[in-house]
Amino acid sequence: MNDGLNLIVLIKQVPEIDKVKFDIEKGRIDRSSAKGVINPFDLNAIEAAVQIKEKIGGNIIAISMGPPQAISSLREAISRGVDKAILLSDNKFAGADTLATSYTLACAIKKIGKFDIIFCGEKTIDGDTGQVGAEVAEHLNIPHASYVSKIIEYNKENIIVLSEMGSYNYIIKLKFPCLISVTKDINVPRLPTFKDLMKARKAEIEIWDSNYLSDIADINKFGIEGSPTRVIKISMPKEEIGKCKIFKGEIDEIVSALVKELGVILKLW
Amino acid sequence: MVKNNDIFILSELIGEKIHPITYELLGKGRELANKLNTCLSSIILGYNIKELAKELIYYGSDKVYVYDHPLLKNLDILLYKHNIVKLILEEKPSIFLIGATPFGRSLGPRIAAALNTGLTADCIDLDIDEEGNLIQIRPAFSGNIIAYIKTSTRPQMCTIRYKTMKPAIKDIKRNGEIINKNVEILNNKNIEILEIIKAKEINISDADVIVSAGRGLKKPEDFSMIKELADLLGGMVGASRPLVDEGWISKEHQVGFSGNTVKPKLYIACGISGSPQHLFGMRDSEIIIAINIDPSAPIFRIANYGIIGDMYKIIPRLIEEIKRRLKSKNERNN
Repeated sequence: MNDGLNLIVLIKQVPEIDKVKFDIEKGRIDRSSAKGVINPFDLNAIEAAVQIKEKIGGNIIAISMGPPQAISSLREAISRGVDKAILLSDNKFAGADTLATSYTLACAIKKIGKFDIIFCGEKTIDGDTGQVGAEVAEHLNIPHASYVSKIIEYNKENIIVLSEMGSYNYIIKLKFPCLISVTKDINVPRLPTFKDLMKARKAEIEIWDSNYLSDIADINKFGIEGSPTRVIKISMPKEEIGKCKIFKGEIDEIVSALVKELGVILKLW
Repeated sequence: MVKNNDIFILSELIGEKIHPITYELLGKGRELANKLNTCLSSIILGYNIKELAKELIYYGSDKVYVYDHPLLKNLDILLYKHNIVKLILEEKPSIFLIGATPFGRSLGPRIAAALNTGLTADCIDLDIDEEGNLIQIRPAFSGNIIAYIKTSTRPQMCTIRYKTMKPAIKDIKRNGEIINKNVEILNNKNIEILEIIKAKEINISDADVIVSAGRGLKKPEDFSMIKELADLLGGMVGASRPLVDEGWISKEHQVGFSGNTVKPKLYIACGISGSPQHLFGMRDSEIIIAINIDPSAPIFRIANYGIIGDMYKIIPRLIEEIKRRLKSKNERNN
């Protein structure tokens, strides 16, 4: 056993946002339209954990919940410095909202047992809620800090972080075990080397299903059954068309018409 | 869990003042309470806040639950959560609204998980269905789609995006009940706020005029031109996501789904094509002027005024002309 820190990183596989298409009729996204990648914010969470491990020693476990395809993202996490990866995958986990997702992740963390810090990204680019981290902390009854843009110092018992809370920044000391959700400003994730990629290709990814967690979990709280929120429909944002007045003519005419208009709008002249 | 059908909102403080998101929560909360013919209650936590409680009544609350204690001066997340959860379990409201500010986004999920109820993030509108359930409307996938969501548990909780709802209007003739609550203190040493530092005040959401640049900007130095125009008009500089991602300007200036939602009197979009993600953050501006070289750019579909042309030719001329006008105005006044 090592005597460094036991670190956990929560990651999610998301579709590439620029390529994904939506099936409006079925009210869901068309997952086949874009390949799955690690949620960009989670790369910063992985990097934050790796930097701590490099300095103080320890062990990093990445956990993800998702369909079997998400294995590729866990492999990528290993190539970026994670030691072990666990995929929570089961039909019973499917259709989970943030409450059920955070509950399932918290159960898996309890199953792992001892840990010091859980890292996650501030939000995912598909769900866009940013809620799962704080909900996991609540299920585990541990303190958390959100919007962490800087790790100030740490030892084997606690960590001091800078948490950006809008108009005020908080410097917070958290005793282990704790959860930290990080912003993109916290670091610049390194790219894996060829050697790292080769190692990750061969790495074993553990897959845990609902049965595996059933001794510590209430399985009715998993997936769609455990999810109080339901999407009843989706639509495309509305677009107003044709009210735009285009200024035409030579540049001097355009500028003079525009300045006149600005004067009216802002009561300048 | 419904005891009554009340609507609760969580008020937020910024320094010693009420954060303006609170007035938006009260505006929407009042509208829903009227629709459901029920009571609107506010929760306020802080230190020396008795006077602020009255304000919450003037802005539409029927009841205000006050938690006043020195330890509540700053956001101690566990202490706030503990007292709020206790109140919600006692009063059992049907709807509970929280601002989608860093404060609400950090605290809301803990409260929802403790109550084992659903939480819908970042709503831009709310409605009530025929059965009196809350319909929560929020964008997803970086503003590419709009989702309509219902919650089967109670309270129906959601966070509300800043600057998306109409703030309540103050009425000093309004009456309401102020309930001073006993603050329960935790002996929790797991989390400790060591220091609080005022962040740089760049709040683009509060600007009346915004001049924004997008991919049409060729290099970071050219922001000086955008800044000059913004300064002349008494405004602030905005930017679309690509420029922030490139590190040309800080995130506080970002307008769009993943940045700030803005509603200025005037929004000038320079070299911004108008992706759904950008339009989401500025479409409710009172007047939108778009300058873009591509006549098919989606920004023209929502703009009030458009100039099809090169921003590098137009903006310098525009600056020149505004300066000339301001100068002659000043001369006239002297």
